[in-house]
Formats: sequence, C-alpha cells, structure tokens
Amino acid sequence: MLKVIHPGFFTTIQDTGRYGYREKGVPVSGCMDNYSASIANSLLENEETDAVMEITMTGPKLEFHTSTFFAITGAEMSPNLNGIPVNSYEVHKANEGDVLSFGKLINGFRSYLAVKGGFLTEVKLTSRSFYKPITDLNCIKERMEIPIEEYTEYSPKISHIKPEAWHKEHELIVFKGPEYNILTEDQLKLLFTNKFTIAKENNRMAYQLEELIGANSHRMLTSATLPGTVQLTPAGKLIILMRDGQTTGGYPRVLQLDTKSIALLSQKKFGDKVSLHPLRH
Amino acid sequence: MSSYPISIRPFGEHAILIEWPNEVSEAILYDILDFAESFKLVFKDAINWELVPAYNSLTLINRENRIEFSKIKFQLLECYKNRKTSGHPQRYLWKLPVCYDLEFGIDLEEVSKILGISIKDIIKAHTHHIYTVYGIGFLPGFMYLGGLPKELETPRKSMPRLQVFKGSVGLAGKQTGIYPQDSPGGWNIIGNCPISLFNVNLENPCFVSVGDQIQFYAISRAEYDLHKIETEVGIYNLDKIKIDA
Repeated sequence: MLKVIHPGFFTTIQDTGRYGYREKGVPVSGCMDNYSASIANSLLENEETDAVMEITMTGPKLEFHTSTFFAITGAEMSPNLNGIPVNSYEVHKANEGDVLSFGKLINGFRSYLAVKGGFLTEVKLTSRSFYKPITDLNCIKERMEIPIEEYTEYSPKISHIKPEAWHKEHELIVFKGPEYNILTEDQLKLLFTNKFTIAKENNRMAYQLEELIGANSHRMLTSATLPGTVQLTPAGKLIILMRDGQTTGGYPRVLQLDTKSIALLSQKKFGDKVSLHPLRH
Repeated sequence: MSSYPISIRPFGEHAILIEWPNEVSEAILYDILDFAESFKLVFKDAINWELVPAYNSLTLINRENRIEFSKIKFQLLECYKNRKTSGHPQRYLWKLPVCYDLEFGIDLEEVSKILGISIKDIIKAHTHHIYTVYGIGFLPGFMYLGGLPKELETPRKSMPRLQVFKGSVGLAGKQTGIYPQDSPGGWNIIGNCPISLFNVNLENPCFVSVGDQIQFYAISRAEYDLHKIETEVGIYNLDKIKIDA
C-alpha cells in the first residue's frame, strides 16, 4: 500500500483506457501521454494495461507502506526519495517507510509514476482510469491509501533509458476532420501558419487554444468525437478534445490529431505555443 | 428496403465515419442500427471496434489498429448492400416517471411565461409525446431525444447554471432530456426523474440504447420519493414496452 501524504495539484490513476462504453456516452479516458506511461511500465516489465499514476504540474508526496520498485517518466518534476534526488527514466527500489516527493517542474506538464505490478485501485467498467462518476474519485486525495503489491526482488533487464526529447517539440500533426471542408481559405491559412497559445482552459477533457480563426455558422447534427478531435466553435475558437473528452458533439470537427500529437499536447501547459501541420505522406 | 446514399470517410488513424443524408429521421436512424448489427455479424474483428451511432452517422473506432481505409471501405459498402433489416436488437419504449412539482421544475414558471401556455399544458404536452433516442453522449447516459412538440421549443437559458441536479428534466431548443448526473447546464429545468439512467455497477450501465423510445409520465412528490428509494435499493421495476419494427 502507498499512502498519500499530499496529493499534488491534480494526480490521477490511469491505464490504457475504458473501451466498449462510448455508445453509452462514457469517455475512453486513460493516460494523456500514453507514450511516456508505457515507457514507465516497460521499465518495470509490467503489462501495458497496468495502471500508473498521472501527475499534473506539481507532484504529490507519497509514503510507501510496502516495498516495491518504481520508475517515473514524462515531464521532469525533480523527484526525490527521502529528500535525495532520483533520476527519471530509471528503476528505483522503495522500501517500507520511504517517502517519494517532487520538486520543481523543469519541463513538460504530466509525469507518470509506475510501480511494479501497477496501482490496484478499483476496476470500474473494465478500467481503473479515474473519471468521475464512473470512479468515485476524480483525483487522489490526502490520506488516501492506494493498494499495490509487494516486491522485494526485481532485476530489470533495462534499468534506465535516455529520456526522450520529443515532448519538447511543438508541432502537432493533424489529419483533415469530417467538417474540414467548411474552413475558408483565410481560416486554413491561419490554421497552418499561426502559432497557437494553450489557453487557461486546459484539462483532461479538452485543451482550448487562445487565438481565434474567425467565426463560422455551420450547423450540424450531433455526431461522434474522439480524443484529438479539433472542434471549431461558432466564435472561431479551437477546442481540442482529450482523453476524457465527451463522446459526441455538435461543433464542426475540422481537424484530427494523430495519436502521438495527443501525447505531445498533453505535455503542454497554459501559455505554451503549438503549431498545426498537415500529415505529409 | 430503401437504401440511402452513404458516405464513408476516415476519421483520424483509428476511426471511420459513415454518414447518411443530413436529416433527423427515424427511418435513417433504424437503417444505421441495422447496418451496425450487420457489421457486428460480418466483420471477424468486430470485437475490436466500438460503434457510436448518432442521428445520421455511425462512427467506427478501432481499439488497437491503424486502419487500411480503402480495403475496409469496400467491405463496409458490401456490408451495407447485404444488410438485413430483421437483425437489429429488440427496441423498447421506456416509460419514465417525472415529478413536475415546482420544487424540481425550477424553470416551469418562466417557461410558461416564455411559451405563453399554462404549466398544466406544458406537462400535458411533454408527457403526451413519444421521443426517439437519436444518440447517447455528452455525459454517460445522456440521451439526445428527438420529437419535441413545437409548442415546447424553448431557448436555452442565457446564463448556464453551474450546477444542475442529477435527474433534472430539461428543455432547450428542439430538445428535451434528462441530466444523468450533477453537471453544469443551460437547459430550462421543468422536472426531475427519480430513476438513475446510468449505473456504473451494472454490466450494461445504461438500460436505454440508441433507437429506443422514451415517454414521460407525471408523478406526485410522494411517488417520486418512493421510486427514488426503490431505485437506490435496486428494486424499481422499469416500465418498458416492446416496439415492433
């Protein structure tokens, strides 16, 4: 078991997602930056579907009540064990009583903490991914006890890997969305030449972009949306749906991010700049 | 059997969007659902796909694989050509109780003023009509209901509320619906339904499916309290009627 001394800004448990319930309106959820999360699981030789902790902006303070092994990937948040700095992208042992905490956010926005065997919070509709009200909680709380398995021995095949630099990039790769054709020449030019600023309104549901690209009056019947769908509001605002995004929507879906760009965008925060680039074959 | 011109397009790396003519029509919705059933029978890897029907579209989302679009498009067209109309699952008309007391129907008086009809007539019109479920989305278990009588079309509230309570029954534009959980919202609230539309502990968490129908009936405050308790302990008997296709 692992005890939450301090939860951090917004920390959740996530796995690869909740599939099979979108026709009932349930978002897919799962790790926002699933690339970084899967590296953390790989280092511990976990299953890809094992649940990890997704840490946003500022880290939690956690006390291990069970010995285990852990690894941290994604955003660099200056992790330390009992006050001694530990490297990200490296397997570490934690003994009973050890305290893991985080310091300054150096780069990125979301870190992933994996423990050997995964976090064993409750499974709801085939997934452990936090999403209220499917799960009781939307983020971890102070004094919460999170079940994990005990491991005293583990010799990883690879004990550390070089942190990837890709999440420092700012180019999002996009496909044409279903309503791409409603975009005017002026809007297209703005879309693909402008730099866009991440708005304050950014979370696991959606990222809004600050710059407007011009009003549109297209009306459509509600239809499915996906993580990575870029919606255009009547006022000309771009909204990029993320892993907890609603399953259907009525705004034109002008673009669709590729999978890796969803992960990249997940590492961006308020004020960061991104640009959009059509996929080149 | 009539066939519609359908368009099949890729939607990102993992999904395909199939669209029928751009109109709200039960015939189109049922054609989409027949096609969805054929897909589940014909495609060997159907288990890897999630199907999201809504109004005039069906979105197919592959859980794992990138899509070989041109190959699948051909198979989908074949599947549409050979679809059977008898294959769809049983559809139901669900009768849902609503308490229209002013305690729940916090916008009833205002709606009555805006529409120029009495509260009694609003309730009569709202319960008289049968609504078709054209989609489920926005929130888990939220139904997009079509078929609102014209006299009940009410503009959205200019300022959305930060909190609308679970079970609230609302009117907005051409739509009516039930909030399946507490959420912010801009609909005019005219009552509350004591039945949970979404239960996370059930294997099928939402008893309603797209293509089903909904009819509301008015209940007293005492009946509301009773049904609420029955729902909480899991003994409420849902009133459903089979719809013949």
